[in-house]
Amino acid sequence: MNPEIKKNSIIRLFNVSKRYNGKFALKDINLDIEQGEFIFISGPSGAGKSTLLKVLYLAEKVSEGQILIDGMNLARISASRLPLLRRRFGMVFQDFKLIPNRTVYENVALVLEAAGEKPGYIRKKVMQVLRTTEMDKKAKSLPPALSGGEQQRVAVARALVGEPSIILADEPTGSLDAKSAQAVLDFIMEYHKKGATVLIASHNLHLLESSVRGRNIEITEGIIKRTATML
Amino acid sequence: MSPFIKKALTDIRLNRFLNLVTIFTISLSILVVSVFLLFFENAGRVIEAWNQGGRAMIYLKDDFTMDMLPELKERINGLGNVQGLVFISKDEALDRLKKEISSSSFLKTLQGNPLPDALEIKMKSYNSLEEVEAFAEKIKAIEIVEDVEYGQGWLGKFLKIFNLFKITGYAMCGLFFLVALFITSNTVRLAFYSRKLEVEVMRLVGATETFIKAPFYVEGLLQGFIGGILGLVILLITYLMFSSGMTQGVSSYIYFDIRFLSMKTIGLIIFVSTFLGWFGCYLSLKQILR
Repeated sequence: MNPEIKKNSIIRLFNVSKRYNGKFALKDINLDIEQGEFIFISGPSGAGKSTLLKVLYLAEKVSEGQILIDGMNLARISASRLPLLRRRFGMVFQDFKLIPNRTVYENVALVLEAAGEKPGYIRKKVMQVLRTTEMDKKAKSLPPALSGGEQQRVAVARALVGEPSIILADEPTGSLDAKSAQAVLDFIMEYHKKGATVLIASHNLHLLESSVRGRNIEITEGIIKRTATML
Repeated sequence: MSPFIKKALTDIRLNRFLNLVTIFTISLSILVVSVFLLFFENAGRVIEAWNQGGRAMIYLKDDFTMDMLPELKERINGLGNVQGLVFISKDEALDRLKKEISSSSFLKTLQGNPLPDALEIKMKSYNSLEEVEAFAEKIKAIEIVEDVEYGQGWLGKFLKIFNLFKITGYAMCGLFFLVALFITSNTVRLAFYSRKLEVEVMRLVGATETFIKAPFYVEGLLQGFIGGILGLVILLITYLMFSSGMTQGVSSYIYFDIRFLSMKTIGLIIFVSTFLGWFGCYLSLKQILR
C-alpha cells in the first residue's frame, strides 16, 4: 500500500522495514503524516512502536525502504547534517534520559547550547519553558532529587525548548502515576496546538482516550494493523 | 569564557578524582623527563665550560721561593694548552679561606699557614679527560710541583655517568612520554564512558561531533598544561632544596653553578605536556568514536 500523498506531508515512509538478526521489527511500513497531525502509535510491547520512532530520528537505520522528513531523504543524509535533522525533533523517553549530574536548567539548556544559541537567549528561553512545565522552581535541582513525574516534565521541557516541528514521545507516561501522566500529556498537547506534529508511541490505551483529535496507528509484530481517526 | 572551556571546567569539577589522577600522572612523567633535561642542560654547560678551558690548581712544594716563579711559568707555558696562569701565594690563599669560612672555629685553632703556594691555570679547550690527564702528568713532572688538582675525581665519574645518562635518558624520556600518553588516553576513555549517557543525549538533541568532542579536548589540554606546570614546580622546589650544596662542591674545580632549566626548555616542557594531553585525548576519541 502506498501512502496517500498529502499537501503538507512532513513525514513519509515508503515500504520501510527494519530487521534485527533477520527478524522483522518493522515490515513494509507506508505512512504519510501531515504537518500538525497528532499521531498515537499503539500496540503491545515489542510490536515495533519504539523502532518506528527510532528510524525517524535515525537512532536506527532502516533495512529497506525510504523515509522523508520534510523532504529530506534520511538514506542520503550525511553525518554532518544529522544534527540538523535531530534539531527538528523534540524527544521524550520513558526513562527520561536526563543527565544525572547536571541541573534541571543545564539539562534543558543543552539543546540550545548544542544549536549554538546565545547565552542570553538560552537563559530566557529555558526559564520560560521551565515555567510552562512548572519546573522553574526546581531549575537548580539535580534529576535524581526529583520524582518520576518531575523528571518527565523536565524531559518534556527539554523536548520543547528548541521549538521543534516534530515531537516524538516513546512511552512518555510509562513509568508515571495517572496524575503525572496526564500532566505530561497536557504539556505535549498544548505544544501540539501551536502547530507541532506529535507522535506518541504507547501501549497505554487510557492515554489514547485522553488524547486530542488525531490518528491512532496500531502496530502488531512490526506491521500496521489498523489506522483510525480519533474524534 | 568560551562555553567549551566552561563545560570542560565543570567536567573536571564533576570528575575531580579522575582528573587529579591524570594531572598527577602527567606531572610525575614531566618531572622525570624534566630531571633528565635539567641534568643534560647542566651537564652540557659543564662540558661546554670545560671545552672552553677548565681551571686547574698547581700546588707547589714548601721549598718554592718567589725567584723560581718566572722559570716555572715559562716551563708550564712551554707545555702548550695554557691560556692563563695566576700565582696565588700561601698568604693570599689563607686570606681567601678566611673570607670564605670566617665563622669557623677551625681557623682559630690553626697555627701558622698550612696552605701551599699555588698556580691557577686556565687551560685551552680539551676534547677528552685522557688529554687533560696527560697534560697534568707533564706538569706534575716538574720538580717543584707537589700536585695538580683539576677535579679528576668527580670529572671522570661525571663523564661516565653523563654518557650513561645520555643513552638511557632519551629512552626513559620516550618511555615516560608513552606512559603519560597511555594514562591520559585511558582517562579520557574512562571519562567518556562515565559520560556515555551525556554523549548519547547530546547526539539526540542535535549536538555536532565538534560540540561533543570539544570539552574532552579542552580537558585534555588543561590536564596536560596543569600537569606540566605541576611537574616543573615539584622540580623547582627539589632544585632549590638541593642545588646550593651541589654548586659548592662542583665550583671548587670549575667555574660553574647548577642552574634551573632555561626559559626555552620550560616553554618546551609545558608545550609538550599540553600536547600530550591533547594527543592522548585525540587517540582515545578516535578509537571510541570510530
